[in-house]
Amino acid sequence: MTKRVLIVDDEPNIVAALEFLLQKNGYEVKVAANGEAALAQLDAFEPDLVLLDVMMPKVSGYEVCQRMRGEPRWRHIKIVMLSAKGREVEVSKGMSLGADLYVTKPFSSVELVATLDKLLASAA
Amino acid sequence: MTPGAKLALWAAALFAGGIAVPVATGMAVVAALAPPDREIVLRVIGERAPLLVFGALALLALCGAVARWFVAAYVAPARALAERTRIARAAADAAPVTSGGAAELAQLAAEIDRLAEEKRRLRGESDARVRESLARLEEERNRLAALMSELVEGVLVCNAEGRILLYNERARALFAEPQRTAATTPVGLGRSIFSLIDRDQVVHAIEKLEQARRGGATAPRTRFVAPAGAGRVVKFEAAPYARGGGEMGGIIFTLSDVTGLLEGEAQRLSVLQSIAAGARAPVANIRAAAENLARYPDMEADRQRRFVEIIDAESQALSRSIQGALQAYGDALKASLALEDMRALDLLRVAAGRLRSLVGVDVACDDVDEALWLPVDSFAFVQALGFLAERLKSDYRVRALRLAARARGRFAELDMAWGGAIVAHDALTLWESEPMRFGAQESPLTLRDVLERHGAEAWLHREGPAGARDACLRFLLPASAPLEQGARSLSAIESRPEYYDFDLFAQGGASRDLRARALHELAYTVFDTETTGLEPSAGDEIISIGAVRVINARLLKGEVYEQLVDPQRPLGADSARVHGIDARALAGQPAIAQVLPAFHKFCEDTVLIAHNAAFDMRFLELKERAAGVRFEQPVLDTLLLSAVAHPALEDHRLEAIAERLGVPVIGRHTALGDALLAGEVFLRLLVQLRERGIVTLGQALDASRETYYARLRY
Repeated sequence: MTKRVLIVDDEPNIVAALEFLLQKNGYEVKVAANGEAALAQLDAFEPDLVLLDVMMPKVSGYEVCQRMRGEPRWRHIKIVMLSAKGREVEVSKGMSLGADLYVTKPFSSVELVATLDKLLASAA
Repeated sequence: MTPGAKLALWAAALFAGGIAVPVATGMAVVAALAPPDREIVLRVIGERAPLLVFGALALLALCGAVARWFVAAYVAPARALAERTRIARAAADAAPVTSGGAAELAQLAAEIDRLAEEKRRLRGESDARVRESLARLEEERNRLAALMSELVEGVLVCNAEGRILLYNERARALFAEPQRTAATTPVGLGRSIFSLIDRDQVVHAIEKLEQARRGGATAPRTRFVAPAGAGRVVKFEAAPYARGGGEMGGIIFTLSDVTGLLEGEAQRLSVLQSIAAGARAPVANIRAAAENLARYPDMEADRQRRFVEIIDAESQALSRSIQGALQAYGDALKASLALEDMRALDLLRVAAGRLRSLVGVDVACDDVDEALWLPVDSFAFVQALGFLAERLKSDYRVRALRLAARARGRFAELDMAWGGAIVAHDALTLWESEPMRFGAQESPLTLRDVLERHGAEAWLHREGPAGARDACLRFLLPASAPLEQGARSLSAIESRPEYYDFDLFAQGGASRDLRARALHELAYTVFDTETTGLEPSAGDEIISIGAVRVINARLLKGEVYEQLVDPQRPLGADSARVHGIDARALAGQPAIAQVLPAFHKFCEDTVLIAHNAAFDMRFLELKERAAGVRFEQPVLDTLLLSAVAHPALEDHRLEAIAERLGVPVIGRHTALGDALLAGEVFLRLLVQLRERGIVTLGQALDASRETYYARLRY
């Protein structure tokens, strides 16, 4: 069965690259340009994994993550946080809020896909 | 006993003695005779009675004469001698002691006189010695004060209890607040260092020093950074000084302002962070796009173009952000470049030495403003002067130069002048862009770089009419801030000696009962207020407060407080006649509730003194609640103290006391002027009180209370 990934990022340039790559790797991909849109799409799209940018206007990635973990029906969804903030405190904050992985920019997109594969395989 | 009575007594005694012996002998003889013989003898005596009475009178006269001679020759001269000896003892230049009367007394007088002479000589010698060592002390004190005020660093010395024994103007300026009403304690002698620096920080420093000393360090040091006045950040270097027995006597703090340095450091850090953070996102975008392109070479043309565009746009954005960050870093670098404050005189002397030895020109350096300080990179600047001197010498055969410097507003004008050679107008423009070379040194910098680094400009300046043969290269560069110049000014030295008091070393501190402490070793704040009127309870208000500190019986004219206060009510029509303050001067001044906390800080740990203190204290007390402070320290009143010292006199107005005690009355009827006068008066009253046996604060307070009630009763 095809796994579904929701990309949440307000930067179209990274979204374009990730969307293309994940589709090429056989994922069904949807994009949300901000935190509110992401939360609105969760129930309809039922993703297996959310790629979540931390720095977004209005509702930040941290907040989206926190809300998802506070909602029982979303708890099984994997969360991978992407961030240009790479300090140790920020990584720990993401992990304590319930992210499964915290990836700092820049990263290798190929490695990222490999990591996502592994993460979803372990869940299955 | 009067001399007359004494004379009569001596005469009577002699007479009684002279007459008693023959009478008693006669009576004994008569009593031993047989009755018939006794009758014959008594009859014979009776017949000769007039003769016997005459004999007795003659004896009386003789006794009187003898007694008179004795008193005149011995008793009276002895009294006079005692009186003259007393005078000779008291006064240094008394007349020689002599005596009339008997020869023995004259000899005694001569001996006393020799003794007095000897004592006078000894006293003269010891006076001279005292004067000599006082002069030496004064000289050393001035030398120390000069040294302290010359230091660019602030210096604070405190004893083991944290009381400040010494500070310099720079240290005071570092802690100064721009607003007088800010409730922070100013730097002052005898004040606690803990009101300036966090107690824990000082204690920690002391512990570290103790530890280092126990560990065998010969010159232990420790440093820390702490906030000072007006948002400044100050680096403290602490070193202990030893008292006898190797025990720690106190700490010497050296202070330097690192506010700018820290700002530079913070700016560098933030630049680094912004480069790091700003680069992450664009690099991520580029990398993802590039990896897609590399991995899927056969993707649709549309998509391929889209990824190439992304890479192009993101890499341009990245370049811009790095460029911007580097620019900001460059600005930070420029600002923090090693420009240090240096005296223009020292800079030019160093330059002169280098020009003589490396370029081989004659250099005079005679017209330099000694008070002028410059922020310079002295190495680069001297190099620039050397380079120019070399070009002048090789291109124009200039062999003698004069260096001069003077202040021009916020700037300093530095001239390198010569006579004789006419230098082309565009020469400097050419030199500015060459790499600087002089002697064997070659610098990667150009003259223009050096000028920019200093925010300076240079041009060829001709003295007098165009074409005159006297010319100079003139540099205009920013001078150091005037505050610091004031702090270093040589002329200020005379007023500086108040900045230290080593007698505070010995002071036992506040642990001893205040009442038992000697008046002359206490710290005082002498203050005065000017008010809108005489009735605080009827709404009269304070319009100005002036105060001065007294430490170890010294009036510290450098540690004063002066503040005008907005009374927030109209001034009485005639009150300006008393204090000369009109409503315009008070507009915009803080209200009493804001002023009192600062004044309270100024007075902390001191005994208050005022003339007719009850009046001023009443005004303060009525405002204590609104200002949230309490003046709980003991209060002395110069009016009452004067009444204690001179109970027989009636007039105890401040001017009257001042006149009696020889204090010149100037600057009256300003709060500070009156406080200074009351301070001088108090110091003189201290001496008079000591003569009356009033030595401690407790005694002074008790005596004041007694005289207060005594005055009430009249």
